[in-house]
Amino acid sequence: MKPAPFDYVAPTSIDEALSALADAGGGATILAGGQTLMPLLNLRMSQPFIIIDINRIAELKGVTRASGGTRVGPVTRQADALADATLAQHVPVMVEALSHVGHYQTRNRGTVGGSVSLGEPAAEMPATAVALGATIEIRSSKGTRQVPADEFYLGPYMTVLEPDELVTGIIYPDWADGHVTLFREVAQRPGDFALVGMVGALELSGGTVSRSGIAWLGMGPTPIKARQAEAALLGKSLDAIDPLAIAELAVADTAPFDDHHASSEYRRTVGRRIFTRTLREALGLKEAA
Amino acid sequence: MSDHRIELTVNGRKHGGTVEARTSLGEFLREQLGYTGTHLACEHGVCGACTVSVDGAVARSCLMLAVQADGSEVTTVEGLAEADGTLHPVQQAMRDNFGLQCGFCTPGIVITLASLTGEGKEPTEQEMIDAMSGHICRCTGYQGIRRAIRQLTSETA
Repeated sequence: MKPAPFDYVAPTSIDEALSALADAGGGATILAGGQTLMPLLNLRMSQPFIIIDINRIAELKGVTRASGGTRVGPVTRQADALADATLAQHVPVMVEALSHVGHYQTRNRGTVGGSVSLGEPAAEMPATAVALGATIEIRSSKGTRQVPADEFYLGPYMTVLEPDELVTGIIYPDWADGHVTLFREVAQRPGDFALVGMVGALELSGGTVSRSGIAWLGMGPTPIKARQAEAALLGKSLDAIDPLAIAELAVADTAPFDDHHASSEYRRTVGRRIFTRTLREALGLKEAA
Repeated sequence: MSDHRIELTVNGRKHGGTVEARTSLGEFLREQLGYTGTHLACEHGVCGACTVSVDGAVARSCLMLAVQADGSEVTTVEGLAEADGTLHPVQQAMRDNFGLQCGFCTPGIVITLASLTGEGKEPTEQEMIDAMSGHICRCTGYQGIRRAIRQLTSETA
């Protein structure tokens, strides 16, 4: 046994889980898919007194249509979300991003909510939630609150979640049928953490951009919303878009870090490149002469 | 800390046991039930050697608590060959193509490929190769495994 000893409970309802969280007074950790938590336990980087396993709570699983959006239960497995027809129709870029989350073997256990609520800055699910303007529904024994994904992330693996709170749903707002999706990431091998990546959606009406949502992964301490690029795209007709200039604005909002995989300068350079190429391909723009 | 009584089916046989909450499924399979075909190496989800099938979906047995597998049906590498010793098609393909050398990573690879090529599934060669990103092999350079995958592709096509 590698982890430090802990108690274990597997509630079957949200209310039970919330009261277990409240009783633990900050000493509990939520176990969803476990694909990040279990390594942390095995390495003893995490030593909770009690593990609250939410895998047996049926009301936390599945994809449903909510008014104006699609609601994903946090314990929905990544593999199930990847094959979900509702998500494929209404949140297609999320499905595209999911195929880059972990490996075939880890997606069978790993959950959408686990990835969203951990806040790994290079992960696909947090950046997708930020780009699309998703809402994170959070509950504790004291009540429910809704937090925009954009305000949810504070730093690497740090979110606004309080110790007694549980993510109970992620609601992705609808984007118009036929909206343009943007996704590209660069990783050393499939399944590795992305060095740099971007995800987003654009709505076009009458040949001009009428709505834009774009975020970076691996380009700062949290998912980074490309605000300047989003604003610059709005109202532009396709022939007036200069992908490289938009990419420069997008990179200006980032704060990439240096690590042993890549320097911040490398991340900016590759980020600018993939942003330009992805925007150009998605909008069918010609390369500048 | 907390002990838990669990019951599960492994390779069609019912088993029970009492586990500490912190016991991983992989450790339970090996240490308490004797299914030592499941290999534990990195124990943080990177190497893939401990991969088993849980209720029809492959998973890292080091990233799952034994208590979570209560009531599940688990298949380990010991459950693939037929009773008379006839190898599973994936095992045969790995053998035919020298898809292993030391064999430490092999149980996980075989479980993943057996799941991908299971009844009614027709994975492409590329899908199987992509799934190999979840397994680390330090002997073969993967070329024998790729040949085994190609053989499996032609068998299922």
